[in-house]
Amino acid sequence: MNGDMSDARRAGQGAGQGTGPGDVLVAVEDVYKHFPIKQGIVFKKEIGRVHAVDGVDLQVRRGETLGIVGESGCGKSTLARCITGLHQVTAGRILFEGDDITRLGKAGLKAFRRDVQMIFQDPYGSLNPRRRVGSIIGDPFAVHSIAGGAERKRRVQELMELVGLNPEHYNRFPAEFSGGQRQRIGVARALALKPKLIVCDEPVSALDVSIQAQVINLLKDLQDELGLTYVFIAHDLSVVRYVSDRVAVMYLGKVGEAAEAEVLYGRPRHPYTAALLSAASIADPDEAERAERIVLTGDVPSPIEPPSGCRFHPRCPKAADRCVREDPPLVPREGDPPDHVTACHFPVEPGERLAHKHAAIAQVSTQPELPEVEE
Amino acid sequence: MSSYTDLEAQEVDPTAGTAPARVQGRTPFQLAWARFRRDRLAVASIVVLVLIAIYAILAPVWAHLTGHPYDATFPKTGLDVNGQPRGPSGTFWLGADQLGRDVLVRAAYGARISLLVGILSAVLASIVGTLVGVLAGFVGGAMDTLLARLMDMTLALPYLLVAIMLATTFQISSVGASLTLTILVIAFFSFAAFGRIIRGQVLSLKQKEFVEAARSLGSSNARIMFVDILPNLVAQVTVLTSLLIPTSIVFEATLSFLGVGVRLPMPSWGSMLGEGSDVFQTAWWLLAVPGVLLLLTTLSFNLLGDGIRDALDPRGDRATGGK
Ligand SMILES: Nc1ncnc2c1ncn2[C@@H]1O[C@H](COP(=O)(O)OP(=O)(O)OP(=O)(O)O)[C@@H](O)[C@H]1O
Ligand code: SF4
Ligand SMILES: [Mg+2]
Repeated sequence: MNGDMSDARRAGQGAGQGTGPGDVLVAVEDVYKHFPIKQGIVFKKEIGRVHAVDGVDLQVRRGETLGIVGESGCGKSTLARCITGLHQVTAGRILFEGDDITRLGKAGLKAFRRDVQMIFQDPYGSLNPRRRVGSIIGDPFAVHSIAGGAERKRRVQELMELVGLNPEHYNRFPAEFSGGQRQRIGVARALALKPKLIVCDEPVSALDVSIQAQVINLLKDLQDELGLTYVFIAHDLSVVRYVSDRVAVMYLGKVGEAAEAEVLYGRPRHPYTAALLSAASIADPDEAERAERIVLTGDVPSPIEPPSGCRFHPRCPKAADRCVREDPPLVPREGDPPDHVTACHFPVEPGERLAHKHAAIAQVSTQPELPEVEE
Repeated sequence: MSSYTDLEAQEVDPTAGTAPARVQGRTPFQLAWARFRRDRLAVASIVVLVLIAIYAILAPVWAHLTGHPYDATFPKTGLDVNGQPRGPSGTFWLGADQLGRDVLVRAAYGARISLLVGILSAVLASIVGTLVGVLAGFVGGAMDTLLARLMDMTLALPYLLVAIMLATTFQISSVGASLTLTILVIAFFSFAAFGRIIRGQVLSLKQKEFVEAARSLGSSNARIMFVDILPNLVAQVTVLTSLLIPTSIVFEATLSFLGVGVRLPMPSWGSMLGEGSDVFQTAWWLLAVPGVLLLLTTLSFNLLGDGIRDALDPRGDRATGGK
């Protein structure tokens, strides 16, 4: 099949040439995506903007899975849509194999869309209810005029087998499949063009827990077989840990910390990461004993007017004056490996107990009575 | 790296196939038809409509059988000694009107007009409404603003006044021209409401993840519109059109009642009602015949439309609302 050629070339050139495994496939450089809030009927006046993505730097290396975690509304999906070219970025660059995709023309964009695919969260909404499964999975072939007729059908059925669907069900409608099977249909569609990057936006959060594992394992197996690169978005920390090589933690449109998964989970430096990890149910009972839950005060601030300086400061147990004034850069902190970057002036030290300090801060913070409880 | 073909052997997950072994998936249309057939009211309304259609189509046959052409007057047999219309009898099955014309024959010709005008103007309005709605919703921007304002303006016009004004300005006297004008007027005043609903539908479809999925695959706008959006509008358009037919029939009857619809001597239910209302105390059949026919027809079309809607869009089957 003709796809093998490019695979061979990819493998043959190796690292150093910029096309081997481990080199940077996608570089997100200082990307902003703001949604204007408009008022008025005829002359729409901008009265504010949602800072959905607000200066993000990230790199995705070929063959790896980059996990992105963060609370709801922190801009994960918006970032994903910027990377896949579904959103026009407000500012910044996104380099895909060195080319800036924010400046692609029509033809360039169409070629780019072959290389990058997306798997969506909602297995119901992401499949057209009025089209047959065969036609949905075959859509990429039709759009890019790659295969038609019997050839398309054969390829679609191969894909269906690949993702564990019965190829006989080619003529069925999405409504006739379960949630997990529909997500497999979405995976098959994403694989059709042998993309270089697949962005999975919470691909399993809509599924039953038992089904989640099946779909995650399918994605992992496919990655091993086909050498895929994933950006994997989730709000479930354990899922992200299981699938990711590296993890980035987002907070209010920015990356707070990024590192290799084991490093990040083992030795978080950003107070927000530490808080997230302490809040998550910890499987290891020894660890659970040792860990104290850091209760974050207040709600996530509005992305319309993010806080000054470090945007975590209203909720941070370690916040100081400097945090209100100065936005901390996302750089490696003392004692960390170079790819462990943290945006914090006062990174958490190993063994530091944030939960205790928290009470002291609470008295000076704007919310006087906060629930210092452990449930 | 291997191609997908080499992998299929290892990759098949035996637990993943669809559990219930159904022979062949039924299309949404087949499912809808199965549901529709179980809807007694809808089926009954189809029967009524078919009967009325047969009655209308056979209008010349009734004229031939009774020997009463629709515009011929029979003062001797149709009127009594006082010049009052005679009621239903062996010669005039449904009675005669003030001029001694056969109500049965005239009502059959009136049915032709009602069905013709109702269906044609509803179809015309739905074609224009769908086009405008899809264009406004899908293209958006300035196009949307323009078309949305146009629809608002149309809806704000006092339709009866405009219709009367048009009819008097053009001084149309031929039956054919008045028929065309009536259809155009009705379609013009119905497309906007139709277009608005379709526009809303398109706007919500545009937000669906499957449209984003198509876009991320590289589908062109035209392809998204025809392959992804339009098929999802078919149900809505069908239902709206079937519900627009009775409205248009009543619209036509209103115009003809006021004398600005289809021109005489071509009978229409509306003009028959208008003429009959003068003498209805002595000749009830002059109102009853066209009135009951009008009621039966519009009621049946409404029930049919409801039936189609329920069959096409059962809330249970479509958990697709999703996010
Ligand atoms: N098209 C849009 N127009 C206006 N605001 C938007 C749009 N899309 C997203 N937003 C806003 O941007 C912010 C980030 O949204 P986003 O969907 O990226 O968050 P998320 O991290 O994916 O959250 P979730 O976990 O709930 O999916 C939110 O405040 C959201 O309301
Ligand atoms: S910079 Fe300050 S406010 Fe921000 S996370 Fe670090 S300590 Fe907390
Ligand atoms: Mg999201």
